[in-house]
Formats: sequence, C-alpha cells, structure tokens
Amino acid sequence: MSDLITPILMPKWGLSMREGTLAAWHVEEGTEIKPGDEIMDVETDKIANVVEAADGGLLRRCVGIAGEIYPVQALLGVLAPASVSDSEIDAYIGAFEMPVIEEDEDEAPTHEIAELGVGRIRYASRDGDGTPVILIHGFGGDSDNWLFNIDAIAADAPVYALDLPGHGGSVKSIDNPGLGTMVEAVIQLMDHLLIDKAHLVGHSMGGLVSGQTAIDHGGRVASLTLICSAGLGNEINSDYIDGFVSAANRKELKPTLKHLFADQSLVSRSMVDDLLKYKRLDGVQAFLDTLRGNLFSDGKQAVGIADGLSSLDLPIQVVWGEADAVIPNSHAAAITGAKVTVVADAGHMVMMENASRVNELIKEQL
Amino acid sequence: MARTLSMKDAINEALDQEMTRDPTVIMMGEDIVGGAGAAGEDDAWGGVLGVSKGLYHKHPKQMIDTPLSESAYVGAAIGAATCGLRPVAELMFIDFMGVCLDQIYNQAAKFRYMFGGKAETPVVIRAMCGAGFRAAAQHSQMLTPIFTHIPGLKVVCPSNAYDTKGLLIQAIRDNDPVIFLEHKNLYASECDVPEEPYAIPFGEASIAREGSDVTIVTYGLMVPNSLAAAETLKKEGIDVEVIDLRTLSPIDMDTVIESVENTGRLVCVDEANPRCSIATDISANVAQDAFGALKAPIEMVTAPHSPVPFSPALEDLYIPSPDRIAAAVRKTMGA
Repeated sequence: MSDLITPILMPKWGLSMREGTLAAWHVEEGTEIKPGDEIMDVETDKIANVVEAADGGLLRRCVGIAGEIYPVQALLGVLAPASVSDSEIDAYIGAFEMPVIEEDEDEAPTHEIAELGVGRIRYASRDGDGTPVILIHGFGGDSDNWLFNIDAIAADAPVYALDLPGHGGSVKSIDNPGLGTMVEAVIQLMDHLLIDKAHLVGHSMGGLVSGQTAIDHGGRVASLTLICSAGLGNEINSDYIDGFVSAANRKELKPTLKHLFADQSLVSRSMVDDLLKYKRLDGVQAFLDTLRGNLFSDGKQAVGIADGLSSLDLPIQVVWGEADAVIPNSHAAAITGAKVTVVADAGHMVMMENASRVNELIKEQL
Repeated sequence: MARTLSMKDAINEALDQEMTRDPTVIMMGEDIVGGAGAAGEDDAWGGVLGVSKGLYHKHPKQMIDTPLSESAYVGAAIGAATCGLRPVAELMFIDFMGVCLDQIYNQAAKFRYMFGGKAETPVVIRAMCGAGFRAAAQHSQMLTPIFTHIPGLKVVCPSNAYDTKGLLIQAIRDNDPVIFLEHKNLYASECDVPEEPYAIPFGEASIAREGSDVTIVTYGLMVPNSLAAAETLKKEGIDVEVIDLRTLSPIDMDTVIESVENTGRLVCVDEANPRCSIATDISANVAQDAFGALKAPIEMVTAPHSPVPFSPALEDLYIPSPDRIAAAVRKTMGA
C-alpha cells in the first residue's frame, strides 16, 4: 500500500546545503494539503524560507520536530489518504532510511569555470532536455541568487546560472565595465557551452543584460523573462545602489540590504557576511564604483531597453515584486506586448521571496 | 569560492599573493629559504612548521634566511620597513619576542609618534602562539595582552583560515607595525577561503554565532572552544552569542557593547593568563560603558596564573575547555 504514501522531505537549496532546521510547521496532522500550500519554515545557515508542498494529500504524520536540525532529504512528514492504516504509516516511517549528513571532502564542485575572452567566468549548471535556460543575476549579486529556482527549472530544461564579470567567482579586473561587457560575457559563455539559442531570465541589472543581449544578438534568444528589471524606466533607488557600493562593514551593509526584501527579516547575518566577503575581494570596489557610474549614476538609470524590446518578435514576460523598493513596479508595463505579472508580498528579490510563483512563470515561458 | 583551505595554507597563499603583487614585500626568518641540517637544500623546511614551504622558488629575491638571532633580524626588518620595504618577519614562537622587544616596543611602535607622523613602519611580525602543542612553558604562551598594552602596535589573532588570509593581507598593506599571532593548534583547521586576494579591515569583530541570552567575547583558539560550548548550551535552552574579536588592537568594543546590551550577560574567554589580559580589558570596558545592561556579574574564563605545564594532562586542564566555558555561561544564567 505504500505507493499511496508520499513523503515530505527536507529540501535542498543549492549544492552547499547539507542540513536545515525545521523552524516551524504551518499545518497540523489531519490537514488536507494542496500542492503549493505553505507547509513549513526551514532555515539554513544561509537563509530562511517557507517551504511549499510539492505534492498534495492528507497530512497523516508530522515526523520532523520544530526546532530540530535534519539532513537534506530527511523525512519530515507523511501524506497518505485515510484508507492507509496508522500501522502502515508507522511501518513506512520505520523503514525510511534517514540520510546521513555527509562530511566528505570530495563533494561535487558547486560551480564550473570557463576561461573566456572577457576573462574567467564561473557558472552553475543543471542537466536537462530542450532549449537551455540562462539565469542572469543583478548588480552585486551572483549565481547563488537563484538558489530556490535553479533546481525547479531544471525539471523542464537544462539550466545555467553565471556570475557576470566582476561578480561572484568571475573575473574582477575589467577595464571600464559596462553593459557591453556583460552582454559579451553571456554570448561568450553561450558559445563556450555550444548553446545556439537560450531562454534568458534576468533579474534587475541582469534583466537589462538579458534584454540588451536579445536586441544585439536576436537569433540567440528564445524568450525573455525580466524580473524586477533595470532598463525599463529612469528611476532607481540610489540609497540602495550607493549604500551597497559604499558599505564597508556589516553595520552599513545590513540596512542597505533591507531594501531588497518585502520581509526584511530575510536579511540574515550570513547573507550580510557573504556579501562583505565578496565586496572585500581585490578589485571589486573599483569594479562596482565604475559599473555604477556607467549604469546608475546620479540616481538614474542610464540605459533603456523598453523601446528596443517592444519592436522585437520575441516572447517576453515581465515579473515584478509588488513591494520592490529598488526599482518601482510601475516599470513593469514598459514593454508593449509583454506579459506582465506583479507578485504580491514580495520585494526586489521576488525570485527568492516567492520562488514557486516565479518558477512557475519561468517554466510557462519555455 | 567554495574551496577549503587550512589556516596554514591560507597564510602561505596570502604571503605568496602579496609578494607577487608588490615586490617590496619581503620575508625574513629562520629556515624559510634553506634548512639547517638539510645539506643546503633550497626550500627544505619552509620555516619551523613549513608555513612558507614552496614560496622561495617563486620569490627568490624576496626571501631572506636569517641567523638564529631574533634581535638582529627583527631589528633589520623594522629598519627596512622605515626605508620603504614591507617586511614580514617570521618569529618561530611568540615566546622568543622577549629577546627583540626593544626593537618592537621602543622603536617600531614609537616611530610614527616621535617623528611627528612622518615616519611609517609597515612591518609585520608573525609568530605562533598558544598552548596545546606539548611544547612546554617557553613555546606555548598566549602573550596577546603584552602587545595589546603597547600603543603603536596593531595586534591580530585570527580563529579561522578565511580571516587569517584577509587579515594577513591587511597586515602587509597596513602602514603600521603589526604583531600577527597564529595559534599553532589552528593551523590544520579548514574553511572556505576565496582564491582571490582580499583584505579584512582591522578593528572589526565578527559574530561567529548569533544568540540572545549570553555574550561570549573571545579570539583565537578560544573561538572554536566557545562555539563548542554554545552547541552544548543550546541543548539546555541557552542561546549564546559568540564574538570573535579578530584584532585586539584596534579593538571593536562597539560590537561587544551592542551585544551585551542585547543579552545582558558577558563571559570573556581568553587563553592568556588572567591578570591584565584581554578578558580583564573587555570586562572593564563593559562594566564602565554598559553596566546598566548587565543582568549578572561578568564571568572570565582564562588560563591560570601559572606557566604552561609540560605534562600533557596538566596542559589540557590549563587551556580553557568548552566545559569550563559552558559552566561560566550557566553561572551568568543563575544556574
């Protein structure tokens, strides 16, 4: 009868996650759950987020205890119809092999490196069939911004998430970095990976990069998903951009990062520390100063792509967090003919704050 | 970024990258080039524990083997620093600092003050510190308080490989004399360390663990010991914040005070001897500036006021253990 039983497992957010804390259950035993229902909160040392049900069914048993730490893929709950007896559920739980937290040194690398014309580019990849999806992060971000998206999208297509030049693990010394450098990096990575055509998904400045790539290299882009994108209007929150560039320590950076989320409690210590680690790498400060000067000086966006995109014959969708405090959601309507979705209760990092909705939208576009 | 490195290899990488970036960065020390007893072979030892192994062949013009005379080569390094080089002098053990102390505290530490701010002394003196290596009383001391006491010196004592690389690069780029202390029992400890060079500014504590009930302020090897204590205490429902000072001079009292204002309880953990130590310094500052926030008397966990014993059994008791740290935390909770 155990084919009627569906487990609820500790999710894996990114390759580096090995364990997570089950912070709280949002549902009780005996609840009928629909896919997408918010069922529990999970915290890692990197981030806290709500977990949505992957499957529907009657929640028969909460195996995981709130406050406890569990390895990835550990059994946290059991879904089964009422026809399955309690003893069968007990037997299922008893027979479930709890994964062990691996401490081994030789785990698979989290990222790969490509030596390209623009320099060293680091990217993460997931295998799959069909036209690949390329995820392009925003100003000061990196491929880990897609922590909650990359695996979900990989169910439908091969996925690549790169670190743009000057970001993450990619090359830091770049002469006068600007939009052209970023577009060039995307095209060179596609050439390197033998990708003729890809769906581009860009967040913030990465949306600007995606759009400009579509304008400059029309034949290489299958569709565009622009998330809280730059390049669709003049305004940008200069408190955020300037604050991010100038912040020299935790105390200065943390309030700046609060602009990114509708739920500001998502700005964790480890998120602040990771960004400080990035900002302290040799060359990053000069890079960010110059790039800001070229793209976002005096609190204004220097480059617009809305007109260029409106004239393209290409599926384009625009996704925005309603509470975006970095780029106003009014920019969502800038492209004629684009499909527009504004997601409630989410800020600039909408693909993290409401990952399942954004993943759905990205997959609909494929 | 996800590459792990030991603290020992992080030191090697920082020295390598800085000598590559700046040809005025040089290294001086005993057995860092050749090796006594190794038939004149180049790069035989890489210093006493092999920290600089492999660097000589990459930077042959920037590494100087010195005679067994700390007073001579530390003095030479300080002199070279005043004349435009950026020397990193490697002293095997901090315990040997005594024979070259005049050069350090009476010369290097004073130049900027005595020459009206016109003289700079960008020298780094690296040395191993701390107990637990079965190396007896003359090779095991935690002398951080002695150097922290002296104005004009910057004092660094990191707890992990990531901080070590960034702080050593900062030490080399800094224009003042820096005493850089490496706990020998942390040399093998590993964590993620970026391959690229980076500098961590001095005077910025890191919060090694967030917590709301009790603040532990510590540095060096006592950071992992305090984190271990915090894990034990978590099971008892006590939520401990662990602050890693990273640099003792300058010191980040703002982070300490802010934390104590949140928790109301302070435990200072210091591997140094108890009198006039980092622990007493932090305690005094908190008592003066945040007395109103305290819900319980401040606790200190330190080595006893005695030399480091050679007996392994006694040495293990000498070093503040997670158990002793946990007991002090419980005491502040009234348990």
